[in-house]
Amino acid sequence: MSNRIDVKKTYKLYINGAFPRTESGRTYEVKSAKGAFIANPCLASRKDLRDAVVAARAAHAGWNKATAYNRGQILYRIAEMLEGRRAQFVDEIMQVTGVTKVKAEKEVTDSVDRLVWYAGWTDKVASLAGSTNPVAGPFYNFTIPESMGVVAAIAPETPSLLGFIDVVAPIITSGNTVVILASTKAPLSAMTFAEVLATSDLPHGVINILTGKKEEIAPWMASHMDIDALDISGLPAKLHAETKVAGAENLKRIHSFKSADPGRIIAFMEAKTVWHPIGL
Amino acid sequence: MSFEYAPAPESRAVVSIKPKYGHFIGGKFVAGSKHFPTVNPATEEVLSQIALAGKAEVDAAVKAARKAYTTTWSKMSGKERGKYLYRIARIMQERAREFAVLETLDNGKPIRESRDTDIPLAAAHFFYHAGWADKLEYAGLGTSPKPLGVAGQIIPWNFPLLMLAWKVAPALAAGNTVVLKPAESTPLTALLFAEVCQQAELPAGVVNIVTGDGSTGALIVNHPGIDKIAFTGSTEVGKIIARAVAPTKKSVTLELGGKAANIVFDDAPIDETVEGIVNGIFFNQGHVCCAGSRLLLQENVAEEVLHKLKNRMEKIRVGDPMDKNTDVGAINSKEQLAKITELAAAGDAEGAERWSPACTLPAKGFWFAPTIFTGVTQAHRIAREEIFGPVLSVLTFRTPQEAIEKANNTPFGLSAGIWSEKGSRTLWASQQLRAGVIWANTFNKFDPTSPFGGYKESGWGREGGRHGLSAYLKGVSHE
Repeated sequence: MSNRIDVKKTYKLYINGAFPRTESGRTYEVKSAKGAFIANPCLASRKDLRDAVVAARAAHAGWNKATAYNRGQILYRIAEMLEGRRAQFVDEIMQVTGVTKVKAEKEVTDSVDRLVWYAGWTDKVASLAGSTNPVAGPFYNFTIPESMGVVAAIAPETPSLLGFIDVVAPIITSGNTVVILASTKAPLSAMTFAEVLATSDLPHGVINILTGKKEEIAPWMASHMDIDALDISGLPAKLHAETKVAGAENLKRIHSFKSADPGRIIAFMEAKTVWHPIGL
Repeated sequence: MSFEYAPAPESRAVVSIKPKYGHFIGGKFVAGSKHFPTVNPATEEVLSQIALAGKAEVDAAVKAARKAYTTTWSKMSGKERGKYLYRIARIMQERAREFAVLETLDNGKPIRESRDTDIPLAAAHFFYHAGWADKLEYAGLGTSPKPLGVAGQIIPWNFPLLMLAWKVAPALAAGNTVVLKPAESTPLTALLFAEVCQQAELPAGVVNIVTGDGSTGALIVNHPGIDKIAFTGSTEVGKIIARAVAPTKKSVTLELGGKAANIVFDDAPIDETVEGIVNGIFFNQGHVCCAGSRLLLQENVAEEVLHKLKNRMEKIRVGDPMDKNTDVGAINSKEQLAKITELAAAGDAEGAERWSPACTLPAKGFWFAPTIFTGVTQAHRIAREEIFGPVLSVLTFRTPQEAIEKANNTPFGLSAGIWSEKGSRTLWASQQLRAGVIWANTFNKFDPTSPFGGYKESGWGREGGRHGLSAYLKGVSHE
């Protein structure tokens, strides 16, 4: 047994491809399942959210324009990077949530597989959610689904990694960018996942990750006028109504989901229908 | 030399309007308690007295719809439901002239449009959705998609029967029953539709129609016995509805306002484009949520397009909606006329330049001459707010990128137009525009197979096509 002192990690936010501290200077304590101190992650503020939205908005044009093939490869690359760091995620999940090694390993395996699954959806969802429409006239008419823009999301408390990926992967599959608030009690998986993202060729600003309190950040997400949609799957049900009321100010599309399904991708896409005359 | 058109009035003998109407609840007409008049906006003639539904009537309608849902409609096979919808489509076709005349009398739109657009499209919507009723498992929502239950539907006055068809046909095809409220100023064709339901022997309570004003609409939106709200109208009311249903389990579709950009690139076919601009903004007096109300002209062709547009506008015939030669009819109501007048005055006050062709407007009724404003900037109210009248705001641009930026500079996102002969540019522009319906080298085209609906503050969901149908079915993963 060595008596070397560990080099511990400072958990920060992930905004625009960088790892800034919260501008508020606030942190909160994350403890292990047994009650021991683990880390002081950032308690993100409204300003952090706004900064993240600016980054997400700026990233949208490029990510939306990237080919579906390219987006698919990057999602697959994220899966590759996660696979390579399995042990670290397993340790972190066990430490924070107290689950068994078998359970933690399953969560990481499912997370990798889920990313691979969504990687394959990028170039298929349009054939599911699009159509050509046989209108009664000399027009070529087709409907294509496209991304909405900036989606804000609340990750569920548990499972802290798989739940996070379940929310974030379908949102970015179609070309949206996202600002997501990680699990409050178990934010470490999400912040370590940011390191995976940072080495996966994901353009800066496509995924932005905050840590903090749902009841503090969700209302600012709901009322932000440059956010197009909200995934509130991880928000306690008692906060849904007020979030939807605030989100009505710019008619955000607000959804929550139970399972992985292509419907999750489509829910954050807009259908665009184009008409063009046919003639000589 | 000038040509005068002889009057070519459509006969109104084909319709018989009752002096007073009740509500259509549980398959029967039920007398109302309070009434309000509906007028012909072209003449200010009172056409009939319409019942104002209060809590008791809305309750009765919801109860009838629930009963029909649980005992009949949700249990019936899709094949049989579809046959009822086919019947309705056929009866609407048979009585098309009657519907067209009634629509024009109550709404003020030219008979040419009600006859050639509104009514045929309404019938087509029923025919299209009839075929979905026994094919729902192929709609991409899992192997046994379920209806939502009772749908409360609130529709606007600009396309009264067509909006009814957009709402009722998919709801019924999917197995829902409905409580529908037509607009306060245009209830007559919905009440005639109730007769069609009777002729089609549609089971009692599957379609219930209550008439009234915004207070009736609010009773529907807030009714605990309703599972789904479908609304077409203003963005302002859409937001009120979104807030009202937030604490409930109701699902919602909203088809709201727009401020569509109609972009003319310098390689556009100018004569066709001018026709498209006229159709885009003056169709249905501009009472169209997807109207091409912001004309964006590339600078080097702006002068030529405006010159030809003004020439074309000189030939627009404004007047008696019942005349088959009329292009632009009456403004739907005194209130709407006041709103258009106020916004046009804001255009003057903010420094835009107003132009209208010389045209004599009838002495009675509600009228507004086709109008264009040039020298409009993006900050002007007439470039930002939906006017919902025959008023076009003209802006210019130099580069395609600038056109897209200006086009997307609005909280709305319902529709947009592109005029260009270059295919790659048209497709590029259609990708860049943040709007749900893009018309390239055409405008204001509608079809039951073609999804319609907006991005951003133009609403939630689509109507028409497979996309529209899904708004009346329970999805797979969605809570």
